[in-house]
Amino acid sequence: MTALPFPSASQPRLIWGVALALAAILWLWGQTLAPFAFDYPKSWQIPAARWIGGVITWLVKEAAIGPLAFSDVTRFLADLIDAPYSLVLSLLSTGLLSGEGSSAVQLWPPLPWVAVIGLFALIGLYAGGLPLALTVTLCMGFVAIFGQWQSAMVTLASIIVAVPIGVLGGLLLGIAAWRMPWLDRALKPLLDLMQTMPVFAYLVPILILFGFGPTAAIVATLIYAMPPMTRITTLALQRVPSEIHDLGRMVGCTPRQMTWRVLVPSAREPLMVGVNQVIMLSLNMVIIASMIGAGGLGFDVLNALRRLDFGAGLEAGLAIVALAVALDRLSQALARRSRTEAPHGTLVQRHPYLTAALALIAITWTLGLIAPALQTYPEAARLTTSPFWAALVEWINLTFFDMLEAIKTAILVFLLVPVKRFLLSLPWLAVVALLGLLGWRLGGWKLAALTTSLSLLIAATGQWEKAMITVYLCGLSTLFALMIGIPIAIAVANRDKAWTITRAVIDTLQTLPSFVYLMPVVMLFRVGDFTAMIAVVAYAVVAAIRYTVLGLQGVDPRLIEAGRAMGCTDWQILTRIRLRLALPEILLGVNQTIMFALSMLVITALVGTRDLGQDVYIALTKANPGNGLVAGLAIAFIAIIADRLIHAAAERQRAKLGLGGTA
Amino acid sequence: MPRTLRSTLRPLGLAALIASTTALTAMAQESTDPIKLTLHDWTGQLITTQLMGEVLKKAGYSVEYVQADYLAQFPGLEAGDLHVAMEIWETTGREAMDASVATGNVEILGPTGMQAKEEWWYPTYMKELCPGLPNWEALKDPACAEAFSTPETAPNGRYLGGPVTWGGFDEERVEALGLPFEVIHAGTDAALFAELESAYQRQAPILLWIYAPHWAPAKYEGEWVEFPTYSVECYNDPAVGVNPDLAYDCGKPFGDIWKVGWSGLKDKWPGAHKAITAFTIDNAEMGAMITEVDLNGKTIEAVVADWMAANEARWSGWIAQ
Repeated sequence: MTALPFPSASQPRLIWGVALALAAILWLWGQTLAPFAFDYPKSWQIPAARWIGGVITWLVKEAAIGPLAFSDVTRFLADLIDAPYSLVLSLLSTGLLSGEGSSAVQLWPPLPWVAVIGLFALIGLYAGGLPLALTVTLCMGFVAIFGQWQSAMVTLASIIVAVPIGVLGGLLLGIAAWRMPWLDRALKPLLDLMQTMPVFAYLVPILILFGFGPTAAIVATLIYAMPPMTRITTLALQRVPSEIHDLGRMVGCTPRQMTWRVLVPSAREPLMVGVNQVIMLSLNMVIIASMIGAGGLGFDVLNALRRLDFGAGLEAGLAIVALAVALDRLSQALARRSRTEAPHGTLVQRHPYLTAALALIAITWTLGLIAPALQTYPEAARLTTSPFWAALVEWINLTFFDMLEAIKTAILVFLLVPVKRFLLSLPWLAVVALLGLLGWRLGGWKLAALTTSLSLLIAATGQWEKAMITVYLCGLSTLFALMIGIPIAIAVANRDKAWTITRAVIDTLQTLPSFVYLMPVVMLFRVGDFTAMIAVVAYAVVAAIRYTVLGLQGVDPRLIEAGRAMGCTDWQILTRIRLRLALPEILLGVNQTIMFALSMLVITALVGTRDLGQDVYIALTKANPGNGLVAGLAIAFIAIIADRLIHAAAERQRAKLGLGGTA
Repeated sequence: MPRTLRSTLRPLGLAALIASTTALTAMAQESTDPIKLTLHDWTGQLITTQLMGEVLKKAGYSVEYVQADYLAQFPGLEAGDLHVAMEIWETTGREAMDASVATGNVEILGPTGMQAKEEWWYPTYMKELCPGLPNWEALKDPACAEAFSTPETAPNGRYLGGPVTWGGFDEERVEALGLPFEVIHAGTDAALFAELESAYQRQAPILLWIYAPHWAPAKYEGEWVEFPTYSVECYNDPAVGVNPDLAYDCGKPFGDIWKVGWSGLKDKWPGAHKAITAFTIDNAEMGAMITEVDLNGKTIEAVVADWMAANEARWSGWIAQ
């Protein structure tokens, strides 16, 4: 940074004034003088799509490690994943089969539904006592009563396989990144890519490499669901207080003991947020996974919505939520459960839960052979609310459509359309230059180089217009999500009851496939940007709330007490102490809100937006992985630029305020 | 180039495998592995596939249904991970199908007998506002376009096209025919029909892409717009058609719905290959079955079983050697 020092404090206004004036001049009068600044000339474009397409073809068809073709390696990995998956699936859904397909003979039935609910309840009882046991029983009971059992077990099988791999992989990567800062730096853009690159962009290569079916779906799920775990692991380890490091060193820990016995356990709270995110995001992929052969609840949702059977879609969607809630609460409780002294006695006395579980399985399996109702949930006892939802949607449509249309039109005309027109009218040259300037002012020449080159690449691959629509859609949605999310988080963070309810709501929002509420929204608001924005905000607000609450709850209560003792008002405590100390998590939340918003582009493409997400979708259907990946990369670039600029701005702000810390 | 060697060896290995199994079991000459048929997310396709599956089961084959995306399934078919796709529409799947067939690993197993129809469609009540319909020239009238407009598109009319992935060349059509309309893409089939349902409930204006066989034309009263008839030349040659300067100045093609399979099918299960190739069904039959499922709430299994019972002579013909 010695080569290009920051300008002194009196200059910035001047620099910005000149830069903005130049940009405005170009914007207003440049159209005729320098048309190339508006429409990136075709002859300057980089044929990136063709290059990437070529690389993919090579990777899939030619690449080899020694005598092994790359695709053989991936097929081997697929078999590795497939083995536990088949085992779990036969336990939960298909039973032990001899042979394949329709000629297969069932040697032994799958676990009866009563047994599965019983097992969930037992684990709940073991991990969190009676209340937890009741919660999970209710969740699983809901699945059975609404007739979703079969599909839910297929989905559960893939989740049971995907989540441990995701958590462990994320944890190990996160620890490695924490140990080696260079890896952290290298990993960051990769994680951004994994989370923002729409799944459709790499679906075709994955299908070819891993084969068609549940395994490919699990791989795609892992790519999407692992990054939050990695990120949060690194952040959590960085924030372990130095006293704990000292303690570890004093008692003579080896580096391995230090990591696994001292640091990871002491970072348990934030790590559990990571686990929660892996579970939630895995279940979020259920819909897309079902498009490539994973079946299960995702397929039921899609199928119901194709028939416009909102009720059936909602029931299948809520079954996904019920699974998510049950799994999440169980994993949280298991991690919190402190190790107790092992009781003495006989084998049975020492393992009461295991004994009960085995007894339960044995009894229900045997009884299931006699009483089929115990084996498979009886058809006659199923509930459905489908007609009610159809009637409700129709009633809202007939009663409120005109009012909703007026609101929508107002927002469109006064906010969305002007912002979109403005962004689209900007010359790319000026935007790239301003981004560079902003990068330089906030983070020096390195950041400037990054923002300039990435934004230039978007223009150079001929995606400027689509990228601007993406920025408009996701930018406004992120703003809305933050404006809604952060106040809610502040309101509920320190109120246990309110937080429990809020958590249930945001878990629902995150795991209920957006498709389920998107179609009724389409009925009321038609396809287009407004509908897309509703979907994006509903999904992204989850990240804003969750991370802000995490940060606020982590604030040391003694500091708040100290503030109160010094006579701070509630407002001062909030703004001067709580929010400020929670800033690292809130920033992570902003980052994740942007990532979530961008990751929803896959879904918004399905309600007819014309952004980069749509390009990815088109590329999928034309089996053109090159185009898809280029559009996917552009989305990731937008995410990286936004993230780095926000981060640098926050760092500068902190430096100005004299706050230490590097998180 | 290790790959070239491998790919030449692979068929040999397969041939050897088949030869050895044939030698062992002279009676059943075919593989006992399950034949994997793909299921997509529309009812008609589910019915067609399960009909085929049931017929194959009657012939003694093991059948497995795999849920797969309509277009994402092609790599699976090429690799032999999947074996049969029962409905590839001329109108929406041609490009992907041709690309896949060109790899040599996928072959077309003949038409299903159903004809895909796709065109601009409007509910009957719209005729009052735009009396010239179904003739397409009525849409050129600004008053008529206005009747189909929404605040975002006014004064132009709003035409709700299918997902961009369906292709269809509607933007080109609008330009070539000089229609004062804006094409909005629905994104998914579900969104398309959600809008129709909403508009129909309120008797509100709507003009959209509808395809058949589907339950919508059975549930909602309406008609297709009559554009100049499609021809290959009209799409390829600007000089042909109403507008001498632009192509796409005609309606959408109506075409076959194709059965497609992995090329290894005919060697591994020759009898099944014959049966699948022989399978045919027509629009009226399929429309009736779709209506039973989507509007009358019957299960697909029940509808398929009914058809099997009523048409035993037909399907036994397909599996007879």
